[in-house]
Amino acid sequence: MFGWEFPPFSYGGLGTACRGIVEGLSHHDVHLTLVLPKANNIRTEKLHISGADDLLNGTSKKIINKLRLIHIDSKLNPYMTAEAYLEQLNPHHLNNLSSLIRTNSPHQTPYGKNLFEEISRYAQKAAIISKNHEHDIIHIHDWLTMPAGVMAKKTSGKPLISHIHATEFDRTGDNPHQEVYDIERKGMEASDHIIAVSEFTKQKIIQNYGISPDKITVVHNAVLKEKEYFKLQPQIENQDPVILFLGRMTLQKGPEYFLHMAKQVLEKEPKAKFVMAGDGDMMHRMIELSTELRIAKNVLFAGYLSGPEIDKAYANADLYIMPSVSEPFGITPLEAIKNGTPVMISRQSGVSEVIRNALRVDFWDIEEMANKTLAVIHYKKLREFLIQESQKDLDQLSWKNQAGLIRGVYHHVQKNSLQAIS
Amino acid sequence: MKSLCFYFQVHQPFRLDHYKVQQIGEHHEYFDDLKNKEIFRKVAEKCYLPTNALLLKLCKQYPEFRASFSLSGVFLDHCELWGMDVLDSFKALAKTDQIEFLSETAYHSLAGIYSKKEFADQITKHREMIKTHFGIEPTIFRNTELIYSNEIAEFIRQMGFKGILAEGADHILDWRSPNHLYQSLRCELQKEIKSIAKKHNINQQKKVGKRTRRLTQRELPLLLKNYKLSDDIAFRFSNKGWTEHPLSSEKFGAWIDAAEGETINLFMDYETFGEHQWEDTGIFQFLENLPKALKERNIGFRTPSEVIAELKPIAEIDMHLPVSWADMERDLSAWNGNNIQKAALETIYALEPKIDQLKKLSTLDSRLLSTLDTWRKLQISDQFYYMSTKHWTDGDVHKYFSPFDSPYDAYIYFMNALTDFEQQIDSSLKN
Repeated sequence: MFGWEFPPFSYGGLGTACRGIVEGLSHHDVHLTLVLPKANNIRTEKLHISGADDLLNGTSKKIINKLRLIHIDSKLNPYMTAEAYLEQLNPHHLNNLSSLIRTNSPHQTPYGKNLFEEISRYAQKAAIISKNHEHDIIHIHDWLTMPAGVMAKKTSGKPLISHIHATEFDRTGDNPHQEVYDIERKGMEASDHIIAVSEFTKQKIIQNYGISPDKITVVHNAVLKEKEYFKLQPQIENQDPVILFLGRMTLQKGPEYFLHMAKQVLEKEPKAKFVMAGDGDMMHRMIELSTELRIAKNVLFAGYLSGPEIDKAYANADLYIMPSVSEPFGITPLEAIKNGTPVMISRQSGVSEVIRNALRVDFWDIEEMANKTLAVIHYKKLREFLIQESQKDLDQLSWKNQAGLIRGVYHHVQKNSLQAIS
Repeated sequence: MKSLCFYFQVHQPFRLDHYKVQQIGEHHEYFDDLKNKEIFRKVAEKCYLPTNALLLKLCKQYPEFRASFSLSGVFLDHCELWGMDVLDSFKALAKTDQIEFLSETAYHSLAGIYSKKEFADQITKHREMIKTHFGIEPTIFRNTELIYSNEIAEFIRQMGFKGILAEGADHILDWRSPNHLYQSLRCELQKEIKSIAKKHNINQQKKVGKRTRRLTQRELPLLLKNYKLSDDIAFRFSNKGWTEHPLSSEKFGAWIDAAEGETINLFMDYETFGEHQWEDTGIFQFLENLPKALKERNIGFRTPSEVIAELKPIAEIDMHLPVSWADMERDLSAWNGNNIQKAALETIYALEPKIDQLKKLSTLDSRLLSTLDTWRKLQISDQFYYMSTKHWTDGDVHKYFSPFDSPYDAYIYFMNALTDFEQQIDSSLKN
């Protein structure tokens, strides 16, 4: 499996999902070789060790016995854009003297000159790994690892499964970069089977990539149960309603709709507080927008949060809103529910297929979003009932079950490839 | 002689608009009358008009043919707004004397559970509506969604009704058959409830010795729905996976023939014909051929009043807790099964004292009447049905009928409208 570093060393839902899948698969009869990209510098040296520790922490011995971990030295991370890669490779600290002394020109690093070169370099390494390590199936996650999967398949001749957590159309709001799209399309076409994280995503794959529906299986994400969640005591002194946005502030996540909604809510409920947690390329624009709308006083930018800070943010909120423009799955509402917070989710999301007890809106329908936010603030019984019922939805989702479905896909693909040989 | 007793429920709710919190205090148009009209006309064309025409034909063709209707008051409101043709077709049926009209609450409400005073008021209002439109005064009662309990039956008896309809639920009947006439179990009512029933007695005053009294019967006859045979038509008729599909009138006639008992009570939504079961399923042919198929087996038809007049109750039925015809549970959980439904019901009926105050303050002017009308439209049972969050197959039925995307939306728009409505009442009371 070509996957991604687990939290807290990764950012966003993909690492969380990979961890869930790996742990889930440990309950089924699967021996896993997990290949992860990891930049080989001083900081990541440390990560390398702690990463392994993290894998060990809280996971059973069973998983370790069945798991082999291989790192490829690479600067890839799951949400990388071409620009972000260049910046990481040739960071702004080039401008300061000390780093100039230590760092040579990027062209002399072992990494690819640009993101696409790095992806294909990663794929070459993947080919070597697939040659040297016995396996029956290749399982990759999202476009950055697709060329690796395709190369590995060419080398070993084993069937390839692409697990799609997001497509270029989700990330860019339907303005895909041609190069990324081509990689995705080739990867999907070369795949023996595709796992989509939602029906929503399956439909996008069919429409935008021309893949046959028979080749796609939907396996929804789940949420890890063993983690103790944060149940905050209600704060008596702070009675003002708190509405939370948490996620990368990018076009895909719809942060500006959240602010426009806030403006409408504040007209009726001037004491409401709107917390925006996370960073991203739209963060500065959002700060600007909050002043333009004259609601800056009621909007708090919490910045990037991790670990217990995230749980605390959820637990502190009266309502969590995920106004995503296009969300293949969207794991954050599950985290919010885990922390006892009711959620409002965009209809343009995969998670709305598995969480019944949530408020639903179209991301562009700001008036309706404001209406429902005000309803949660005003109708106490509604909030209580949402909290109580959404827990039940959560209880039905487990990685063990979902990994069973993945195991089913493995079985199906293996059977087909054996038939093809004979 | 064994006979079949048809009762068709005819009802259309006033569905709420997507009335937002931001609109509270801005305007007071809560109902989505575009949608209400659209649905009413759709059902009129697919069901009410063609089925009424067919029944009228059957009445002429078969003098022994009988059926009964319960038309909710809000359905009659719909007719007056958007369907005089539909109303006329019911009037034509009323003239045949082969069709009985039953009594219910004007607003198809749950008042029977939450406020006996409101219950009695709505029954009275409904009787007036039926009398105005059809010149008939109903004497048999059937409550919203067949909601029934000993207490409701006793109240209805004390209001002077001659009979009542209920669900033949398995958990009540056990080994007994619904195909007999039963009677309700009498129980003691609270004093103030008694006086409400007495005040709303439907019968003319009669001189008994020195005192004038209104007639009440000692016992209240009870007709129970045969849900298996009713559901064969209402739910299973078009189901190709059903082993008995397709269901012919002859086959169904044979089942009626084989059933024990004197009266086979088939109670269902009228929309079964042409709306739930589309025309192309053959439902109209089925209905058209049924009288002939039954005649060949010497089975007749009776209205509920005829059943009561011609049969003697064989036993008492005890329904301590409310029983309805909805969902698998046959209880009230379709309307008050979860906490948001309970909260909504509590809030709407908690307005009653304020409404009473308003009544005292003003004479029956048009503004008060419209306030009363709005309060009662918000009591229509469908408003609460849409808020149901039951997860099993029944949930799908709720979803099929709901104009909202989710039970939460239903609750939010309802509470928004109610909040504005209460604010209006409060300001009227202040002035």
